[in-house]
Formats: sequence, structure tokens, C-alpha cells
Amino acid sequence: MLNKKTATNVDTTKEAKNTPEKHQPWKELGLKLEEYDEIKSILGRRPTSAELAMYSVMWSEHCSYKSSKIYLRQFGEKVTPEMTKNLMVGMGENAGVVDIGEGWAVTFKVESHNHPSYIEPFQGAATGVGGIVRDILTMGARPIAVMDQLRFGAPENPDTRRVVDGVVAGISFYGNCLGLPNIGGETVFDKVYQGNPLVNALSVGALRHEDLKLAKASNPGDLVILFGARTGADGIGGVSVLASETFDADGPSRRPAVQVGDPFAEKVLIECCLELYKAQVVAGIQDLGGAGLSCATSELASNGNAGMRVQLQDVLLRDDSLTPEEILMSESQERMMAIVPKKDKDAFVAIVEKWEVEYSILGEVIKEPRLYINWGTEEIVNVPPRTVAHDGPVYERPVAEPKWIKALNKDTTKNLAKSESPEELATQLMQIITSPNQASKNFITDQYDHYVGGNTALAMPDDAGMIRVDETSSLGIAIATDANGRYGQLDPYAGAQLALAEAYRNVATSGAVPAAVTNCLNFGSPENPEVMWQFKQATAGLADACLELGIPVTGGNVSFYNQTGDVAIHPTPVVGVLGVIDDVARRIPCGWQDAGHNIYLLGTTEEELDGSVWSEVIHDHLGGIPPKVKLQEEKKLAEALNAASLQGLLASAHDLSEGGLAQALVESVSRFQVGARIFIDELVETNKISKTAALFSETQARVLVSVGREDDVKFIGLCEQRGIPVTRIGVTDTEPTLEIQHIASWPIADLKSASEATLPELFA
Amino acid sequence: MKIGVVTFPGTLDDRDAQRAVRLAGATPVPLWHADTNLHEVDAVVLPGGFSYGDYLRCGAIAAQAPVMQTIIEKANQGLPVLGICNGFQVLVESHLLPGGLIRNENQHFICRDQILEVENNTTAWTNQFKLGEHITIPLKNGEGGYIADAETLKRLEGENLITFRYVDVNPNGSMNNIAGLRNAKGNVVGLMPHPEHAVEAGFGPDMPEAMRSGVDGLKFFTSVIHSLVNA
Repeated sequence: MLNKKTATNVDTTKEAKNTPEKHQPWKELGLKLEEYDEIKSILGRRPTSAELAMYSVMWSEHCSYKSSKIYLRQFGEKVTPEMTKNLMVGMGENAGVVDIGEGWAVTFKVESHNHPSYIEPFQGAATGVGGIVRDILTMGARPIAVMDQLRFGAPENPDTRRVVDGVVAGISFYGNCLGLPNIGGETVFDKVYQGNPLVNALSVGALRHEDLKLAKASNPGDLVILFGARTGADGIGGVSVLASETFDADGPSRRPAVQVGDPFAEKVLIECCLELYKAQVVAGIQDLGGAGLSCATSELASNGNAGMRVQLQDVLLRDDSLTPEEILMSESQERMMAIVPKKDKDAFVAIVEKWEVEYSILGEVIKEPRLYINWGTEEIVNVPPRTVAHDGPVYERPVAEPKWIKALNKDTTKNLAKSESPEELATQLMQIITSPNQASKNFITDQYDHYVGGNTALAMPDDAGMIRVDETSSLGIAIATDANGRYGQLDPYAGAQLALAEAYRNVATSGAVPAAVTNCLNFGSPENPEVMWQFKQATAGLADACLELGIPVTGGNVSFYNQTGDVAIHPTPVVGVLGVIDDVARRIPCGWQDAGHNIYLLGTTEEELDGSVWSEVIHDHLGGIPPKVKLQEEKKLAEALNAASLQGLLASAHDLSEGGLAQALVESVSRFQVGARIFIDELVETNKISKTAALFSETQARVLVSVGREDDVKFIGLCEQRGIPVTRIGVTDTEPTLEIQHIASWPIADLKSASEATLPELFA
Repeated sequence: MKIGVVTFPGTLDDRDAQRAVRLAGATPVPLWHADTNLHEVDAVVLPGGFSYGDYLRCGAIAAQAPVMQTIIEKANQGLPVLGICNGFQVLVESHLLPGGLIRNENQHFICRDQILEVENNTTAWTNQFKLGEHITIPLKNGEGGYIADAETLKRLEGENLITFRYVDVNPNGSMNNIAGLRNAKGNVVGLMPHPEHAVEAGFGPDMPEAMRSGVDGLKFFTSVIHSLVNA
């Protein structure tokens, strides 16, 4: 490749016209022959090497959503006017924006950084946080919190420790330095993620309605300004190579590198951007992430139905040897591109200089919808921006129901041994709550700052994270994310719905009203028809369930190619639900706060152990069909929780999910070390279930609440009115123990220390 | 009553410190790292964060910032200055307080609700506490291990300059369980934990009475107001 010193040899549009026969490395850049031919037909000539670089990276799976697009459309189609009435910006922008009232809006999104995080866990995870935060910032919002959804390989595999250490340290390093509270997330271990750990990061931001910004360049004459960090050789080709190809031991080795993050630069960039927004000197803005300048220039122009003239030699470089192609593809972090009216240039410059942020004016917006990029006097790009950014290829890939799924669904837990002996059930309970997936995640979450900002109303281990948005009115938001890959493997349609249901329920237990959905769909290779079938099922399930619950999807992300060799990960659709709460003082924690309260289990418990934690930990089994999805019950439950919270009837609320009642009980006593006496005999009788199911079943639409005695009548009435089954299963107690009658009794300190010991023993 | 809160590039808890000042009843005044003018404030808070990205050494570059030159001069004349976390590191790097702060013993960033014992209640920032009082405020740092040479430690102990000590758990391996210090005059106090995160019920640490109800940090700010009113 060329560099600046020999730039006379750069491949120009003129050269491209004159040398149509020149061989180009389209295949090595990840393009298919049909795609290369399509580029030639768009341009009426062969692309220059710079154009080829742009198309290849923008048409990669990661940037173009070419395999998923036809399925993602249904998130915009399966909606009612009621669902979208508070949606200020829907899918397709950097992040969706939801009106939460009082002139406030919030924007939130979850995104994957899976492949880089396997190669270089620390920087991969760090830049994952950095990238999603810039997406939020781009909408005109101040980022107010982050969460992370992590999936690692088997805890006992020696490589898992490398990934866990790096990922956790990377998130801690980057997030803490940005001053964003980390308010929750997920950590799951399963051997299916051994070679494909999932590192998803969510960020949420708040803005006043009038501060909304969009990534578009529409006014001819406006300046195109690149600001922030300098451009270096980070992650060149990272998007197409790292995100779109399965790891293969004998694959070609390329130059990419995982991007390197500098959270200090990003923190300064955040404050600088917020000051630019306040001064109203920015007409459009886009962050630079995957595909770097190729993406920012083409998307801004395409979104604005305009064009752009750019001088690539004006890009400030960290490394002078970069070729034009590399500059276009570089994924150097902490960069933004602003569209600035000429009259505002001086004000813009004054603000970036105050923050000591470097900038360079690359060119200007033009009326003609064409993107021209020059390298000195030579034209190296001359393309319709829409063809790069939005009109990429769309595939309807073959789908096939997996041959193995019927046999898997038949292999239920029915024949697994279910003990009725108190000793054995007590032992199983301890095995479950100390298993890596169910044990306390304090070892990880204690490395994250959840205080900064002074607005955190709830954070882990509570069911949802909650942040105050308005300090005067106490208006706030709650967010929870969930996914269960085991359920997804058994039934991807139901698996996606169950992820949504759990996140929805978690938001409801916090006292907030669920309002919007984001997702990060982690799957294997779309070129495998069985994986594509899983994807089709999961997206349909999620869209149908959102419609039934009446909350819209506002945006999301797809991560394909999470597989090693022929083995794909379990379908893992991470679903995030955002809720709104008019007064965060009303928030409900997941644990019991006072002795002498009644403990109620809301919902019905069924014999549903397929895909459960119990089947995994006790029997190392995965088979059968996941718990029934009960969306109507979930809705009623959420309404009841909201009504009870408005009347101040709930001292605590904790959703039942993985690990069932047993897990919820242990977490509820551990939260504030308030003990309880529990009786499950009535539960067993009225629901006609085994004791194993009473303790460990993962039946949906269930919540454990504690209610002060004076509020009993009101609370029960409220549930009965709505037809929600209420079973009193115990009382909170001054004794610091958890007693499950006829099973066992444990000092809380023992439960807590056992649960907190697991992860440090593995990873400290 | 005006209390300045300094923002360096990379400062994170400046808005939190401003809120704490406001809740205590004074007026927060933002101060900018590149401005030597303190705008006639009556006291200064150096808040937490990662000033200048913690490059070189935590607080080392901030100690050279223009605003610090004025703060150092005024602090030596008696201006009350509170350094929190990164602000404590800046005070140490500015030689307003002795010793140094190094990586936590366990090598990880730590965020936890921490109990401290108030060992000195004669300073500008601690006069509203009882001597020996146990207070709970959040701690969150990566480099909070306090170190000093034997002679300095002896002097700190002998002259009663140790203002806060960790109780129950020494989270970061600090020598003599030191969480915070004062200067001889008592106008300069620095500590690793974050009083500005324990000033508002609902957003502070969990307390035995109720979740997230801890407001022990507020007394730092009412103390300085008290000392200024009675000066």
C-alpha cells in the first residue's frame, strides 16, 4: 500500500476509469463477487482502492445488517400508534429516543463488542463501553449510566480467566474514568461461549426535547469538522475482519488490531460536545466507531439527502505512514464528526480549544447527493453516499429448522431424579446458589463505580438499575436487561420472549412503568440455515411479544458469526427494557428491609424445570421446552406492582427467574440481612407440584414481595381485583436466618459468604 | 458563603461536589483548571475523578495546573481546602499534605460503603463530627493505598494529623489504616472516600435504618460553613 510520501501513486477515480481490468482484492476485503460487481455497476467503473475500502467495510455484516435487515423490519411494523406515541426517534438512528415527560427524553441502546473482546479482552471491552457511550452522546444526550451483559466460557477452563480478567478490568477502567455509574448487568458462564465470549454494553442518556441531535448533513455550505483524538492505525479493517468472520485457526492473518481506548479523551470529548450542543453550534453530529470516516461521511450525507466534499489530507494523524484507504477505515476511538454552519465556526473553535480537543475542518456539505473525497489534488472517492451507507446488499438467507431440535425438545427433565428429602433439597439449594451463574457477582460489580453522578437510586444487586433524571421533580428511569441462552437453544421464539418478559418484570418490580425496548441479538453464522432459523424465530418472538406487552423496540444491534468452527453459541438475544418512574423515591429494592412483614408469592408455580438452573447445576442437563411465556399475566403483574408502589404498599419486590424461588429467597435475605421464615407446604399443595418445583421451578410471571402487616388487606385486595394469585409463604424475622420449614435453616451470614466466595475463588 | 469546586479535564465528581455544597446551604462556584482566579470563594473543594487521565501519577499533572498555584498559596494562608479521592492525590502531589497514594493492595478498583472513624474534629471540614464517631461514606478508587516513610508516619501520629481511619476493613492497604489527613492548621483536609456521595437520602450508602439513607458526608460541608461563619 501507499503512503503519503509516495502519494503520487494513489489510486484515483481517473486511474480507475483508465484501468478497468486492474485486479482488486475484493475477496480479501470480505466482499462477494456479486457485491463487487454491484459496486462496479453503481459507479459505472471499477472502484478506486479507497472506494473499495469504504464499500467493503460499510457492506460488511456488522455495518449493513445485510442478513438481518429483513427480520428487523418487523420491530417497526408490529406496533400500534399507542406504542409509538412517545417515540421521538425510532430504529435506524444511533440510538432510539423516548419521551419520558416533563420535557425530558432518554436515549438508550445495547451493542456488542464480542469478537474484539476475545482477541484482546481489556481493550475490546473498554472500547465497547466507549463506543456505545458515543452513540448516546451523538443524540444530544448526556450519558447518565452504563450496564454490561457478559457471557464467558466454562469457569474451570483456563482461558476463561484471561477473558474475565481482561473484560472486567476493561469495563472498570473505561467506565469508571468516564464518570458513568455502572448500575447493573449480567454475567453468565457456559462452555458454549468458550471461543466466543459475549461482551455487550448498554448506555443510557438524558436530554431535553429541544436538544435532540441527528446524524445528518443537509445544509450546503456547512463545514465538516473532525474532532477528538487523532487518527491512527487502530482496528483497520477491524469491522469487516473482526466482526464478520468466524475465528479459524488457519485463516489469513491480517493487520487489524483491536482498537485502543483512552477514556480520558472520551470524558473530555463528552463535556466538550455537551458544551457545543448548549451553544447550539452543531447542525448534525456523528460519532466515529466501526468503519470510521467511511461510515461518518457517508451516513451524514445520506441521512441529510446531501453530499460532501472532503480533503482527506486534512485529517490529523497519529501515524504519518497511513494510506488514504487506511485513514478511511481506521477505527481510532474518541473521535466525532460535526456539521457546523459557517457562521458558528468561531464559537465552535472556541469551545473545542477550551477543552484542548484537536480538530480539523475536512470540507463542506454540498447540495449534490455525492460524496467526493480528495487526497491533495487527486480525487479518490466519488460515490453516491446512499449506496455506501444505506443501500447495501440485503439477503434473504436460507433458513432450516435444526435437525436436532425435536430430539432436544423431547429430552425433558421429567425423568431426572427429584428428591423430596429435606437434606438433599437443602444441599441442592446450596449447590445452586454457589454455582458461578447464581452466585453473588459482587466480585465483579465492586470494581465498578455506581455512585458517580449522585443520581443512582438502585443498582446491582437490585432487579433493575434506576437513575434520577430530574433533581427537582425526582423523575427517573429504570433499566433491566436479560437473556437466557439455554431457553433460546430449546426454543428461540420463546427464548427471546422470555428474555423480554424477565427484563419487563424486573423493571416493574423496581416500581417503574416499562416503556421501551432495546436488544442485542447474539447468534452464530447467518450462512448456516439453522442459525438463520434461530434468528428468524427469535426476532419474530421478540416483535410479537413487544406488541402484546405494548412497548416498542427503539433500536438495537445484531452480532452474527459467534461461533467457533461449526459450533454456534446458543441463541442469545439480550433484551433491555427501559421504564419510567415519576418519583425515584418510590423505588423498591429486591430485599427485605424490616422484620415482621408478610412475604407473598404472586403468580402460579408450575412444574417447569426444563432448561432451568436446577437441571444444569444438579443434573448437567439441557433439554425439553422452556417455561411457558405468560405475557398477559406479566402485564397484570406489572400493573399491580405499579399500583402497589404508588400506594407505598411494597417494602420489597424481587422477580423469580433463574434458580426459582430458592434463589430469590436467598437474594432477598442477603440484600439487607433481614431474615425470614418460609413455608412451602401450601404452595406445594395448592399448585400440585413437587418440592423441587416449589423451590427451583422457573415458571414465569412470578414475583416475591414483602408487605407491612398494616398494608396486608389493601395489598391482597389489589392483587385479587386483578386476578393475580397471591400465596403467603412466610414472614420476615428478627433472627438473621433463612428458615425454610421442613427443609433447613441457614444463618444469613453463611448464605452470603458462600455465595460471595464463588467468583473470587475462581478469578481473584 | 461561596465554595469553589475545581474542574480539571477528567474530573468526574465536580457536579456531585457542587450539589453537596448546595445541600449544605452554601453557593457552589465552578472553578476552571486553567484559571488562576478563585473568584473570591471562601473555601475550595478538589473533587474526585481522573484529572488529566491519571497520566504520569494520579494528581501529579493537576498539581501543576494554573488554578492550583493560587490554591496552594491561599491554602498556606488558611483558605479551607478539601481534597476528595483524586483531590486528595492532588493535595499530596502539591505537598499540602505529606505521603503518597499507590495502587490498591488487591490491584482492583474498589467501590464500597466504608466505615471511617473521625480522629480529629478540630479541622475546618470536620468540626461538626464527634471525636471517635463512626461514619459511613462511599469509597471508590483504584489508587487509594496511603504510604509514607516511617518518620512521616510517626509525625502524623504524634501531631494528631490523621483525621480519618478505616474501620473494620482496610480496603486498599493503607498504612496505619489512614483514610484521610489534615495539615497542621486544620484548614486543609484530604481523604480517599467520597463525602459528596453521602449527602442526600435516597442516594447515599445503605444504613441500618434504611436503604441508601446515609448522609454522613453532609457534615464535611456544614463544618466548613460553621468554621467560616465563626472565623
